Amino acid sequence: MNVLRETWIVFHRAMRLSLRNPMWSILMLSQPLMYLFLFGPLLKPITAQISQGATTNAYQVFIPGLIVQLGMFGAMFVGFGLIAEYRAGVIEADRVTPASRIALMAGRVLRDVVVLVVQSILLLLAALPLGLRAPWAGVLLSLVIVALLGATFASLSYSVALITKSEDALAPLLNGIAMPLLLLSGILLPMQIGPTWLQRLSDISPLKHVVNGVRALFRGDISSSSSLWGLFWVVLLTVIGLAVGARTFRKESA
Amino acid sequence: MMIEARGLVRTFKTKRGPVQAVQGVDLEVADGEIVGFLGPNGAGKTTTLRMLATLIQPTAGTATVAGCDLAKDPVGVRRGIGYVPQSGSTLPEAVAGDEVVDHARLYGVPKAKAAADGQRLFEELDLPGLWRRQCKTLSGGQRRRLDIVMGLIHDPKLIFLDEPTTGLDPQARANLWEHIRGLRDRGATIFLTTHYLDEADALCDRILVIDHGKIVASGTPENLKQQVSGDAVRLSIADTSQATAVMKIVRELEGAVDVETEDDVVGFRIPRGGSVLPALLRSIDAQGIELHGVEVHRPTLDDVFLTMTGRSLRDEDATGTDEKKETAA
Repeated sequence: MNVLRETWIVFHRAMRLSLRNPMWSILMLSQPLMYLFLFGPLLKPITAQISQGATTNAYQVFIPGLIVQLGMFGAMFVGFGLIAEYRAGVIEADRVTPASRIALMAGRVLRDVVVLVVQSILLLLAALPLGLRAPWAGVLLSLVIVALLGATFASLSYSVALITKSEDALAPLLNGIAMPLLLLSGILLPMQIGPTWLQRLSDISPLKHVVNGVRALFRGDISSSSSLWGLFWVVLLTVIGLAVGARTFRKESA
Repeated sequence: MMIEARGLVRTFKTKRGPVQAVQGVDLEVADGEIVGFLGPNGAGKTTTLRMLATLIQPTAGTATVAGCDLAKDPVGVRRGIGYVPQSGSTLPEAVAGDEVVDHARLYGVPKAKAAADGQRLFEELDLPGLWRRQCKTLSGGQRRRLDIVMGLIHDPKLIFLDEPTTGLDPQARANLWEHIRGLRDRGATIFLTTHYLDEADALCDRILVIDHGKIVASGTPENLKQQVSGDAVRLSIADTSQATAVMKIVRELEGAVDVETEDDVVGFRIPRGGSVLPALLRSIDAQGIELHGVEVHRPTLDDVFLTMTGRSLRDEDATGTDEKKETAA
């Protein structure tokens, strides 16, 4: 399959560039680590209440949210790198080759997913001494969800980057989307402790269902409705994200 | 024929309504030619080039490029062409050799062959020892030559060069011209755009002059210059009050046109200016008129452009913003 081969070439190039300058990936990881160490302890006194008695370990509730946040935010801003590549003429140079347009995007998305999964594993390891305990199957499925979420947001970010072709437009746009998504996702605090209207509002956000799904997976409720809904939403988002990204990369003006 | 295009049209949507950047371009480029697209910024050069290189779709018209139909087989066209864009083609942070090898692999060239070919091209294009260097550490001229290596790495039959020497110093330009001639000697066909008259003159076997999206003239540089009616002669008169008398003598010359006077200079155009000069100077002398100086100019491509469009190419500002806007639309 040519597309796979070309995807691999694009992935390989992107990965090599990321590894040449790993500072960016390390900085991206520092954000969830700060949440873990500087915000996590605040949850301790109310853990029993927010988990409805399921656990007294705050990290059991908080870590699933954090890795979803990592999947979302880690991938959301990859468009900036693509604008730099566009400016340098790399995208144009890629597009005059016979390579599949899908591969040009998929290779870059794959790099972002690999970086995210590695970051998530590091985050989970950092949480082990704090008392995080979760079943293997649940953790593995959660990492799959993070990977899919990363692929979604990376594709969308690339797509918007290619359409706007401007950092000045991309920055406020992404921040404008990221903020409500974060607040309504229940990552920082579960939405169940909020007033009803806020809960209803957060029901609209697919990310809330994804977070709930990952929390259920960490509890080991793999076949619970929460996990299934989470999986459903993340797969749907991935399909939409990849379709939008592929469409943009195929379009001539990209 | 390496390129055969008929009625290429490209319309861009802008906020002020549709703009027809290219308005029905027909062109033919034979195997082994260096053909230049000469015109001011915004004339439609880059837009036409991008259509022929499959980067944007023509609004109307057909073309066969490197033996493949542009609309039906764009992938076939891509296999046969190399394209060196104005904007560069490598990431500043990346290693030059890595960019070249990865680019080649997207054409299906095996890794080892890509590295060997790339290193050979680095030698040929005067980039020795820069294979492992970061692209941003290269000079402007080196970066341009690296772009050309990127465009050549899969050994294309046809190479598109978009404004290859813009932004280079005179020495780097002359050097790059040598390399471009060298590509032709290896059997490649070259189609380039330029808004530099000297570049078109020095480099191209054939020139297509384009203005406002239409080809207004085409031919060899010599051929085009012959279409301009004669050489420009300028006579500087010592006493300006005698200008009318000089103009009278000039008007009697056979074939003299565009007789004008400005301050102390009488100027006109005449075929074979050098050969009419001795007799002219004798007549002027016979009337006791003193001259300060005489100049004869062979026609330039700028005269060609002026004759065809009524504007001088030199008057155009060279910012290139118009064309940039078009391509981004």
